[in-house]
Amino acid sequence: MDKYLEMIRIRFLMMLAYRTNYYTGILIYSINIGAYYFLWSAIYGSKEQIVGLSVTQMTTYVAVSWMARAFYFNNLDREMALEIMEGKVAIELIRPYNYLGMKTMQGLGEGIFRLFFFSMPGMLIVYFVFPIEFTWDLSVWGLFALSILLSFFINTELNLLTGITTFFLYNNSGLIRAKRVVIDLFSGLLLPISFFPGWAQDVMKFLPFQGISYFPSMIVTKGFSHTQALEAIFQQFVWVIILFFPIQILWSLAKKQLIIQGG
Amino acid sequence: MENVIEVTNLRKDFKSYSSRTGLKGAFRDLLTRNYKVVPAVNDINFLVKKGEMVGYIGENGAGKSTTIKMLTGILTPSSGQITVNGMNPHKERERFVQTIGVVFGQRSQLWWDIAVQESFRLLKKVYKVSDEDYNSHMNHVIQTLDIEPLLDKPVRKLSLGQRMRCELAAALIHNPPLLFLDEPTIGLDVLVKLKIRDFLKEINEKYQTTILLTTHDLTDIEALCERVIMLDEGKVIYDGALKNLQEKWGEGKELQFQFLEKVGVSELLNLTQGIPVKWEQDEKEQIFTASLEDNDELISQVIAKVVAAFKIKDIKINETSTEEIIRNIYEKGAV
Repeated sequence: MDKYLEMIRIRFLMMLAYRTNYYTGILIYSINIGAYYFLWSAIYGSKEQIVGLSVTQMTTYVAVSWMARAFYFNNLDREMALEIMEGKVAIELIRPYNYLGMKTMQGLGEGIFRLFFFSMPGMLIVYFVFPIEFTWDLSVWGLFALSILLSFFINTELNLLTGITTFFLYNNSGLIRAKRVVIDLFSGLLLPISFFPGWAQDVMKFLPFQGISYFPSMIVTKGFSHTQALEAIFQQFVWVIILFFPIQILWSLAKKQLIIQGG
Repeated sequence: MENVIEVTNLRKDFKSYSSRTGLKGAFRDLLTRNYKVVPAVNDINFLVKKGEMVGYIGENGAGKSTTIKMLTGILTPSSGQITVNGMNPHKERERFVQTIGVVFGQRSQLWWDIAVQESFRLLKKVYKVSDEDYNSHMNHVIQTLDIEPLLDKPVRKLSLGQRMRCELAAALIHNPPLLFLDEPTIGLDVLVKLKIRDFLKEINEKYQTTILLTTHDLTDIEALCERVIMLDEGKVIYDGALKNLQEKWGEGKELQFQFLEKVGVSELLNLTQGIPVKWEQDEKEQIFTASLEDNDELISQVIAKVVAAFKIKDIKINETSTEEIIRNIYEKGAV
């Protein structure tokens, strides 16, 4: 376990090694939230509510979902693809640890770093600039914390799955890009799932994506009741377990037919 | 002595895809692709005993790296058996890699963006090395390789030689009984090479570390290894002492003469009539080379005759170098 914690620390150091990335990150996220705020204000116009959300709830939803994204989002799929294409995966395999576990830890290190040094200060700025309402109910925040942790695992599992396909496809940058768009759209980051047409919402229920962004954001904006929140968290948990299996199967297949590229 | 590495009938096949010609071919390739199964390693057998330093040599693409990758548990063999340190590398990878150290000369195992000591610290945790073991062992390694001043620098700012020394130290953090080195001296200057060689000799003596080394620099092999395993097109073509190779293939010696005056080849030929000798001339420098078999009597005769007849500026007696021996073997493809 020690080694996995050490990996989180190393990832912190790596994030700190590139300061410019860090500052521009905050800027990009703030701009995104601003843009969505103005877009939604225009859509709402003089309407009080759309699909049960007020304009303030909507702004809060946007702000929270972007800040949560800073935590669950990572580029593990691209990193894996690069490591596999350049043959660096050989180095990973001569170490006495579980490659996928270590990758997850790297993602977690990155996520925690961004949560504390990126989401929290960013949230403070956004809070003073835009009309956002936070609940001060600690139990809601507790559920939210649990929920984004599960979002992180669902998203990371999808990333690992996409990353492993590099072993079979050798170049999967198209797939990686497609996966990112699908997640941004279907997870409720760009548009709350309740805004989708009815049939699409039914389809979404059978997909893991809404567990990534929609559930935690709805919990914290109080769009969900307490029981709904618990149900949502249970659903996320089930997805974390379901996604674990295809990863293990693909990984053991991948190791068998592994080719180290470039000598 | 116990065997550290046992390899029997080891084989690795790769699929090699070939593209069809032309646009039509390219469209057909979308549906079905032509491929051939090419053996990269073809039924090889060898044993390595504890404490041995073995040079694993062969041309580019002979299958050296593929073998090393199978021995380290990265690749799965197509068929055959491997037992290293009493374990099956691929099956028990996580437990197995704890007992080996690996340096790939062309790949870094340190983290690019962070200081060397942070990489060391992570590896120390990864290999579960205790503080005492780390301090007693690594302080020595760090001193011998002279990397103390590099420890707080990020890897991306190190020169190749500095980085290689750090890589070697990183591979030894858990003091493994078996060390795989895949071209560890590639692109290094003479001083760094010497330092690395001395260091390898030292740990081999001190800890009885078994070392398997692949390299294209035969001076490395000469300096370190008593035994070589030579590979060609996936097959072992020689496995034995380096000395035997030299004795068997080191046929003949070369005499090099440089004269003060102008001399023609025909005059030299006349001079050494009756002696089995071959003359070659280097036009530019007036250097003449006589190749003849390794016989003291003959050599003295030739030198005596030539020295008596012409004024000499320089004279050299050369043995066939290992490099030439190996080149001969590569060209013929057999021992």
